[in-house]
Amino acid sequence: MSDKRIAITEYLEIDLGTERWHCRRCNHDIGPARSPYKEGLLVHDRDPREIHRPILDDSYPYTYAPDPKWCRIIEFYCPDCGTLIENEYLPPGHPLTNDIELDIDKLKERQARIEGKANAAG
Amino acid sequence: MGGDQEKSIIEKFLEENVLFLGPDPEIMEDHRVVPTTPREAEALKSFADPDQINLVRHKLQTACNESFDMVEQMGAAPGAKWGDLISGVWTANGDLALASMGGVLIFSVLTQHPVKFILKYWKDDPTVGLKDGDIFMHNDARYGNIHNTDQSLLLPVFHNGELICFTGAIVHEGENGAIEPGGMPSAAESPFDEGLKMSPIKVGENYEFKRDIMTFLQNSVREPKLQLEGMKSKFFAAMRMKARVEDAIAEYGVEAVIATLRKTLTDTEIEVRRRLSTWPDGKVRTNVFADGTLRENCLIRIRLELEKKNDELIIDFRGSSPEFLNRPNNTVLASLKGMLAQEFLSFVWPDLPRNQAVFAPMTVLTDKRSTLNCSPDAPNAQSMMTFFPGFTAIQIGVPKFIYSASEKHCTDIIAGWYNMIVTFIYGGVNQYGELVGNVCADLNGMGGAARSNRDGEHSIAPIFAPMADIGEQELIEEEVPLLKVVPHKLMRDAEGFGKFRGGHGYQQIATMKDSSMWGFMCCSIGSKFPTTYGIFGGYAPGTLPLCKVKGVNVFEVMRDKRELLRYSIEEIMNERPFPGATYSTHHMGLQLEFAKPGELYMITQGGGGGYGDVLERDPTLVAKDLLDGLLSMRSVQNVYHVVLDEKTGAVDHEATQKARDAEREMRKHRGKPYKEFVKSWETPEPPRDVPFYGSWKDKSLLYRGSPDDTCPADAIVPVMMPNPKDVRIAELEAELAAIKGRS
Repeated sequence: MSDKRIAITEYLEIDLGTERWHCRRCNHDIGPARSPYKEGLLVHDRDPREIHRPILDDSYPYTYAPDPKWCRIIEFYCPDCGTLIENEYLPPGHPLTNDIELDIDKLKERQARIEGKANAAG
Repeated sequence: MGGDQEKSIIEKFLEENVLFLGPDPEIMEDHRVVPTTPREAEALKSFADPDQINLVRHKLQTACNESFDMVEQMGAAPGAKWGDLISGVWTANGDLALASMGGVLIFSVLTQHPVKFILKYWKDDPTVGLKDGDIFMHNDARYGNIHNTDQSLLLPVFHNGELICFTGAIVHEGENGAIEPGGMPSAAESPFDEGLKMSPIKVGENYEFKRDIMTFLQNSVREPKLQLEGMKSKFFAAMRMKARVEDAIAEYGVEAVIATLRKTLTDTEIEVRRRLSTWPDGKVRTNVFADGTLRENCLIRIRLELEKKNDELIIDFRGSSPEFLNRPNNTVLASLKGMLAQEFLSFVWPDLPRNQAVFAPMTVLTDKRSTLNCSPDAPNAQSMMTFFPGFTAIQIGVPKFIYSASEKHCTDIIAGWYNMIVTFIYGGVNQYGELVGNVCADLNGMGGAARSNRDGEHSIAPIFAPMADIGEQELIEEEVPLLKVVPHKLMRDAEGFGKFRGGHGYQQIATMKDSSMWGFMCCSIGSKFPTTYGIFGGYAPGTLPLCKVKGVNVFEVMRDKRELLRYSIEEIMNERPFPGATYSTHHMGLQLEFAKPGELYMITQGGGGGYGDVLERDPTLVAKDLLDGLLSMRSVQNVYHVVLDEKTGAVDHEATQKARDAEREMRKHRGKPYKEFVKSWETPEPPRDVPFYGSWKDKSLLYRGSPDDTCPADAIVPVMMPNPKDVRIAELEAELAAIKGRS
């Protein structure tokens, strides 16, 4: 991997040279770093009860499971390795969140400064 | 007389004849530190040695911790006993420079407001004044507080006639004479239902409380002895801290104290800015949905855009829900800021001094009259119901900056901590025949979140206080007739699943005994929609109901039919073991409800959010959680996809690998490309059958409970909710009409 790769989350990194998002598990090229990484992932609308099982029987109005008419789990998967890169809990139909929008130029400047310091020290 | 002169006379007249000194927006909207004054600059010139300043700072910090311990030991309120307080030192300009290390750090960024009010309005007012020996108090959140169940006490410290600083403490005292007992009335429909509303007020002179004011305050609450005791414990703690300041002056000189307080603030802000500058520049966005007002379920959007630019952080909540004019779930902007500061004081940079400068480089943007910046007309006794979700919005956003920070000054990358106060508030007559009302300290038992390198701790600490206690049940039972009939135990699957899982909360099964009148209240949201979340693929914890069993006396069952006893909420509610009893579940906003002896009220403290993909969790940790009773086999198989022996926990690693590979393939099969998904998923407006408040796609347009009811974000029309009982009556009348129509 290039030393221009900056880990942004547990599963995402940005290659500052190519300005591309990559999966940190399989190196899949997700898409341009100046665009939302989610646009390069697979997305699934999940009934929250599949994850959060009702602990009480369904005769009760509240069961310890989220109400699927109010809450959905939106899962984002890497198209290559199937890693669950992120999720969102949203009301049905709610616009998805462009959660990370970094200033790539500033990130490059910062990286250049760090490399400059390392070279000066070395 | 010239026009200018006439204008000046009118302005002077108006200035001198203000009809009501309400909360001052100039004070309340400004959380930044006052610039260095000439007096402070002079002190800094004569006392500039960093080592000496460090010595003085440690002396004063120790004094803060000492006075904190004093209140904790002396205080009678449950909040005081279990650490829901801070003590501190404010500069002569009113900024909080040092506070106790433990306790409720929200106060660190919002207790300067009442001090600044005293300085601005009372210091030079001949009818009030500010002199040696004065004692001030306040509790109204609109003048700077979390909510008005908390009471402050402040003492000015003079040296040779010069005001040097203030010392004091602020404590969650509980009972305050509101419409419901206990100090946090979810039934409040206006600020005047919320009990005592002390603007900053002088309650004593010459180091003595004025008996007439003390009596007035006692006369306004249900627990007059507690009111007296709370004031005394805060007073003696503030006096001790004052003595320590005087010791420091005697040892190092007055310049040393002034210089140290100032330098502590300045250095803190400089260091926060330096640390912020190591984060990448850019924007991070999060959404949190509060699912109720405590009177009814509805979806309240908390929309957050964080923008990090150089050494500043802009925290933009515009587009969040309008305020609720007859519900107490709104927050004053200053209270929101206090809670947001928690993220930095407790979770990101816990090594920094506890003072308001930590938050100085932050800017908070909100819509006026939104639920996160409510007007003085809106009640705020349950401000936690919106500022806790506001906190979670920032807590799950910050890791997206600090994961790639160039310096790792944070302690950990951490998911969403559990963020609700799942506890009982109580009110009634205790076993000694006294009227009481307060809150149980179980609110401090929140489940910790998962981190990037380990699981969250179970029931470890609340988000608002890193060091607090849940109290001793036996001590509580000595004072009030509230009993927990089953020891605290964890509930299977009530965690945020992930590569690292969140910590669990515990079940509370409560009842009452030996009282002629005893009522329970609860004040949490999150029964339909989780209140906190995981990060980087980790899941939220589930939702939590209030469960009740009425029409049973569990003490009679204990005596006569022990075989019917069950020891978990799951067993009691699913097996319905008590003949003739009524079993029901509800959201966790319970207004005062009187209970009969032996009836059961059951709630579960929540768990923390998970971190990372569940398929990356070490299978042996899954097995351990199963054997520890934290997981069901269903979750082992369907969430973690681990194959193991249910009895021994022995993991079949090969079969697990196959199961996980298969699940990864399933994900790829069921996942749709982003654009295709958005096309089928996104709707132009909120669902018609879910009452939704806040913006949907456009942050400048706010929905008010229906797709047909909107207002602009810059001209918010406050929401008035119908009485839930009226809503229920209307439903029943409609049902009745339908039945009659059929017959």
